[in-house]
Amino acid sequence: MARLNLILILITLACALSTVSANHRARKLFTELEAAQKRMRDLDVEWGQLQLEQSTWAGHVRVEKSAREKLGMKPPAPGQIISVDPVPGN
Amino acid sequence: MKAIKFSRSPLLSERLPPWRQRLVLVLLLGAFVALIGRSLYLQGFNNEFLGDKGRARFERVIDISATRGRITDRNGDVLAVSTPVRSIWAIPEDAQLAPAQARSLATLLDIDVREVTRKLASEREFVYVKRQLPPELADRVTALKLPGIHQKDEYRRYYPAGEVAAHMLGFTGIEDAGQEGIELAFNSELSGKPGSRRVIKDRRGNVVEDVESIHPPMEGRDIVLALDSKLQYLAYSHLKQALEEHRAKAGGVVVLDARSGEILALANLPTYNPNNRVKLSGAQLRNRALTDSFEPGSTMKPFTAALALEKGKVRFDTPIQTAPGKMTIGTATIHDAHMHGVLTVAQVIQKSSNVGAAKLALSMKPEEMWTMFDSLGFGAPLKLGFPGEVGGRLRPAKTWRPIEQATMAYGHGISVTLIQLARAYQAFARDGDLLPLSLARLDTPPQNGKQVFSAQTAREVRAMLEMAVLPGGTAPKAQIAGYRVAGKTGTAHKIEGGSYANKYVASFVGFAPVSDPRLIIAVMIDEPSNGKYYGGDVAAPVFAQVMAGSLRTLGVAPDAPLKPLLMTSAEPVKEEM
Repeated sequence: MARLNLILILITLACALSTVSANHRARKLFTELEAAQKRMRDLDVEWGQLQLEQSTWAGHVRVEKSAREKLGMKPPAPGQIISVDPVPGN
Repeated sequence: MKAIKFSRSPLLSERLPPWRQRLVLVLLLGAFVALIGRSLYLQGFNNEFLGDKGRARFERVIDISATRGRITDRNGDVLAVSTPVRSIWAIPEDAQLAPAQARSLATLLDIDVREVTRKLASEREFVYVKRQLPPELADRVTALKLPGIHQKDEYRRYYPAGEVAAHMLGFTGIEDAGQEGIELAFNSELSGKPGSRRVIKDRRGNVVEDVESIHPPMEGRDIVLALDSKLQYLAYSHLKQALEEHRAKAGGVVVLDARSGEILALANLPTYNPNNRVKLSGAQLRNRALTDSFEPGSTMKPFTAALALEKGKVRFDTPIQTAPGKMTIGTATIHDAHMHGVLTVAQVIQKSSNVGAAKLALSMKPEEMWTMFDSLGFGAPLKLGFPGEVGGRLRPAKTWRPIEQATMAYGHGISVTLIQLARAYQAFARDGDLLPLSLARLDTPPQNGKQVFSAQTAREVRAMLEMAVLPGGTAPKAQIAGYRVAGKTGTAHKIEGGSYANKYVASFVGFAPVSDPRLIIAVMIDEPSNGKYYGGDVAAPVFAQVMAGSLRTLGVAPDAPLKPLLMTSAEPVKEEM
């Protein structure tokens, strides 16, 4: 009887300890998840900012200005455009 | 004092009454029962209160903010995006700053130090020191470690296209809710719903366990517009040039996709920068293409001709006598500026004769004309969901006098918005049917719209409109190299105080390529005042520039030889007003 009790006590103890450690691990994983989610939000924000930056740099006003003033480009005159029709089977 | 041994104390021999012993016992037992009862009550029956108190010690409800959706154009270029910013606020009572501290705060925030001290001396419990700062700057404010100064996360909306697409997009207020344009029209889709969840926090304030999510946050949906930002830029920049050249008061351009009814560009002037709305006037804010109606003038003539063809009153080449260049109906007389003599129906459109159009109109019943105008969408808003959209003015046919019926044939006595006009021209660019317009990009465009004219009529009017752009028509300046173009000019006197003034609205509506129309462009220029005011001189060149650029951008195959345009040396035929 006493031996059985001893075994039961040991089993209970082991269960209790594993619960504690499982809980601890769950919390650790949760912290990681939290960090990952925060990173996701931060990256999303950064993406938005980069998109904003991209569209500012690639703005039509700026592109046209650079093309005309820095690169000396201009729209082709009608006589300068050659239209090439696709050759069938090529 | 004489000592007495305890065992011999006389008190011990006194017998107490037995009830006292029992009384003590009962009292003690009763106290135990009360304690057990109380603990049963607290632990078993009414455990919520203490449970809540306990949870309140370690559980926290945190709010999860939701970002407003982005607005992109049809190719995915961002037109509006929200990024986090921080607002600096203070509890004035706690914020007792030394002069040096106040000065460094003011320098960081780039505001006057007196304003900072004035705000912090306020009687209120909460004041904003400065709103919507970039996060990096806000971090430097945090680094100052000032007492009573706090920060709050907010979002700010940025519009990279700036003033180019301002009217289309609209803007949001400081609380991130839509106030104008698409931002207002699609506000419920764009705005997210903030959520909240319950968590367990440790001593350092880190979240260690998720208990429950109370409301899951709803992120705002991204909206993909039908708008093409390149076409929008073309429309905006050419309109701006024309306004400066002709010293006009205002103007608008609408570009529609003839195949799907999508609105590819919509530009208005004067405009504003949605990123910096410090000084805004009502004139800048108005989305004229949708909210302002005007008398369209001769751009209405093709509809009159189409109805006359449709009803079998005339054919393409039926001759109409327009001499002597004027016509009296009742007490009023309508004029042509030039006498043309006998014109065919097609030439009435090509040369834009008022008398010819009036004669066509008077061959029909007022109800027939009203029904056509109504089915073209005039007189009622298009219901795009845009704030402030108007429907123009189309009076019931019963109230029309003959002179009114005649003037309506050439676009006076009726008022429309630019977008209604562009949409109605779909009937000619397509084979007589009208598609509903769409602000959002359509992945599967509708195939067939509401039939207004027969395909045969539409083709005939298309040919007349092409003649108007060729030498001998009113708008040779609308031609573009490599493409066949069709369209109609309009020049209308403006009404001021009930009578027609010497101020004009020049317009042009047309489409290209004629062999398979792809784009419809409508241009309206209000009060050109640099000498020229005819639609063919003022609005048609804008149409040509925007159309040429747009067709090239979209890679539409040319349907005419690519050679320099031969503008006839003769002045274009002056249209009538």
